[in-house]
Amino acid sequence: MTTLPSAFAGGLLIGLSAALFLLLDGRIAGISGLVAGLARPAGPAWRIGAAFLAGLVLGPPVFALLAGGWPAMRIEASLPVLALAGLLVGFGTRLGSGCTSGHGVCGLARLSPRSAVAVVAFLASGMLTVAAGRVLP
Amino acid sequence: MPALRLAAAVLSGLLFGGGLALSGMLDPARVRGFLDVTGAWDPTLAFVLAGAVTASGLGTALARRLHRPVLAERFDWPTRTRIDPPLILGAVLFGIGWGLSGFCPGPAVAALSGGALPVVVFVAAMLAGMAAHGVLRRALPVR
Repeated sequence: MTTLPSAFAGGLLIGLSAALFLLLDGRIAGISGLVAGLARPAGPAWRIGAAFLAGLVLGPPVFALLAGGWPAMRIEASLPVLALAGLLVGFGTRLGSGCTSGHGVCGLARLSPRSAVAVVAFLASGMLTVAAGRVLP
Repeated sequence: MPALRLAAAVLSGLLFGGGLALSGMLDPARVRGFLDVTGAWDPTLAFVLAGAVTASGLGTALARRLHRPVLAERFDWPTRTRIDPPLILGAVLFGIGWGLSGFCPGPAVAALSGGALPVVVFVAAMLAGMAAHGVLRRALPVR
């Protein structure tokens, strides 16, 4: 169902989202940072972040209504592996100050050297992890 | 105009979640396919990132010409510029979790609306990992 043109078009929507969030609300659309921000005391910034995340959760159902079906989701990892992966993603994105959206979509667009280094590091470690999974039992 | 600001944030989030769905990035197997450079490599994620950085880059260029955002008082630009050990170690740990699962935070949170147990487990563990960082950050040798 997903083709390379629809992948690029979906990417444009993601970038448009980041552009609007920046131009209208002045905020960086980094998902790990917004999620972590939910733990901070409530205030105007908290409400803006929570509103963005609410929209994010509603995005796929709205897409499913318009497209006439839920997009494919194939989860290969077992529950214990998903739990370990979630811990690493949560801890790592806080220690490294961002994830694919904050460092990738927003940081690369800002030409931030810090984000470029982070993107290279998480791409390399993700690729090594998948490659290791092929070799190891 | 707080209501307008909230509406703008919801709209931005909707576009982000819709874009993830349209692009195929809610599918962890497809994401892992991109990371699988020694196997059947799937280039989809590169096209998604190219589109996203293009549109985000245009928005950033426009934002730099504005004194303030349309609905807010000031831009909340990231201030840190140092390339330090926490940045790299954090990104490496994140990459391992990303490679194991095929999930990064955006698609995982967006996919919560599907209600699938594996997604709930991943997001719960992610929140625990974030909380662990909050507790440990003062004890860490690097910040």
